[in-house]
Amino acid sequence: MTLINFIVYQVLNEPAVLVGLMALIGLAVMKKPFSKIMSGTLKSILGFVILGAGSNVLISSLNNLGPMIQQTFNIQGVIPTNEAIVALAQQTFGRETALIMGFGFLANLLFARITPLKYVFLTGHHIFFMAALLSAVLGTAGLNEIPLIIVGSLLLGFVMVLFPALGAPFMRKVTGGDEVAIGHFGTTGYIAAGLVGQLIGDPEDSTEDIEFSDSLSFLKESVLSTMLTMIIIFFIIGLFAGPEVYAEYAGERSLFMFALMQGITFAAGVSIILSGVRMIIGEIVPAFQGIAEKIVPDAKPALDCPITFTYAPNAVIIGFIFSFLGGLVSMFLLGPLGLALIIPGMVPHFFTGATAGVFGNATGGKKGAMLGAFVNGILISFLPALLLPVLGSLGFANTTFGDADFGVVGIIVGYLAKLFS
Amino acid sequence: MRILAVCGMGLGSSLVLKMNIEKVMDQEGIKGTVDVKDLSSIQGEKADFIFASEEIGKKIDHPAEVISVKNMTDRNEIKEKVLTAAAKLSK
Repeated sequence: MTLINFIVYQVLNEPAVLVGLMALIGLAVMKKPFSKIMSGTLKSILGFVILGAGSNVLISSLNNLGPMIQQTFNIQGVIPTNEAIVALAQQTFGRETALIMGFGFLANLLFARITPLKYVFLTGHHIFFMAALLSAVLGTAGLNEIPLIIVGSLLLGFVMVLFPALGAPFMRKVTGGDEVAIGHFGTTGYIAAGLVGQLIGDPEDSTEDIEFSDSLSFLKESVLSTMLTMIIIFFIIGLFAGPEVYAEYAGERSLFMFALMQGITFAAGVSIILSGVRMIIGEIVPAFQGIAEKIVPDAKPALDCPITFTYAPNAVIIGFIFSFLGGLVSMFLLGPLGLALIIPGMVPHFFTGATAGVFGNATGGKKGAMLGAFVNGILISFLPALLLPVLGSLGFANTTFGDADFGVVGIIVGYLAKLFS
Repeated sequence: MRILAVCGMGLGSSLVLKMNIEKVMDQEGIKGTVDVKDLSSIQGEKADFIFASEEIGKKIDHPAEVISVKNMTDRNEIKEKVLTAAAKLSK
C-alpha cells in the first residue's frame, strides 16, 4: 500500500516527473537504446523545471506592467503570450496538463485510426499549450481529477485531428500537394483568411510578384521581436501613466531605462521558458511520431505553421503587418465594448498573421493576403478578450493564450461545461 | 556527425527537420546526433553541419557549414543532403 501511495501521491503529483515518465514510455516503446532513453527522460524533466524558472523571471516584469495599465486606464491590460500563460498555468494545473498531454496523444491516434480524419498532430508545444488551456477551462468549470483528465484528453485528441482536417482544403491550395496538413492552433484565423481571399481576391494576382527587401526578417527571431515590442509597450504605457505612477514601479530609474530593462527581462523570461519547452518537446515529439507511424501508417503529419512560409515569403511579411494592424484597430474597439485591453503581442501576430497571409494569398492573391491577415488580427484580439472569463483565476493574469483556436476551443468548452456542471 | 537543426523558435520546422534527418541517418547507418536550436542560441555551439530552411539559412553566421533545405517535408531532398554531408565528413 505504501508503494501505491508513494506513486499516486508523490510521483504522479510532480508534473515534471510525469512529463519525464511520458518521454520514458515513448522512447522505451520505440526500443531506443538505453542512453537515449535516459537522456530523453532526464532532459524533459529538466525542461519542465526550467519552464517554471522562466515564468518567475517573466512574471517579475509582467507584475509591473499589469498594475501600471490598471492604474492609468482603469482597465485590465492583457498581452497574449502563450508561453507566459502556460508557464503560469503550470503552477496550478501542472499535473493535469501533463496527463492530458500524454493521453491526448493517444486519443489523437485513436481518432486518426477510427475516423476519416487521418491526421497526426506533431506541433508539440501547441499540444502542450492546448492541454494547459483545457485543464484551466475544465478546472474552472468545476471538473476535477479523473473526469477532468478523461474529458480533457478526449477533447485534445479531437481538436488535434479536427483543425488539420478543417485547414486541409486551403493547405492543398497553399502547398499544391496533399503531403502535409497544418498542425497549428491558429487554424481558425487561417481558414478565415482563406475564405476572405476566396471572396474578394484573385489568386493569380500573387504577393510573390512583389519585390521586397527582407529588412523585417529579424522579426523571425522571436525573442528579439518580443523584446522590442515589450520595450515599446512599457515605454508608451509609461508615457501615458506619467512620472508619478511609473516612479512607483521604476523607483529612481528614468522611464527609458526602466522600459528597456523591463522589456529585456520579459524577453529573457520567454527565452528561458522556450528553452525548457524545447527540451520537453524535442524528446517527446519524435517518440510520438515513431509510435504514430506504427499505429496509423496512413495518417498525414500536421505540422507547425512556418512550413507554409516557404511557399509565399512575401505573404509572410504582408500578413504579419496587416494582422498587427488588425490588432491595433481592435485594441481601440475593445475598451468601449467593456472588454479587456488586448495589446497586440508580436509573437502571435507574427506567426499566425504570416500564415494567414500565406493562406489568403493562396485563395485571393495580394488582396486576400492583406484582408485575410487583417481579419486574423481582429480574431486574435477579440477571442482572447472573450476567453478570459472562462479561465477562472488565470483570467486575471496580465497575459493569456494568443492564437485563435485556443480562444475558440476555450470559449466553447468553457460555456458548454458550465451548462452541464 | 553532429548536426544542428535551426529555425526561428527552435520548436517547429527545426523539429520536423530533426525527425527527417534522424530517419535518414537511421536508415543509412550514419552515426551522430541532431539537436534543435533557435536562431538566437547557435553561437558557440559546436557542430559539423547546420540544417535550416532557406530563409533562416541566409541569416546564420557560424563556422559550421550551413545546409539550406528547400522543402523540409521532402524526404528525398533531405536524404540527398544528409548523404552529401556525411560523405564530406568522412573525407
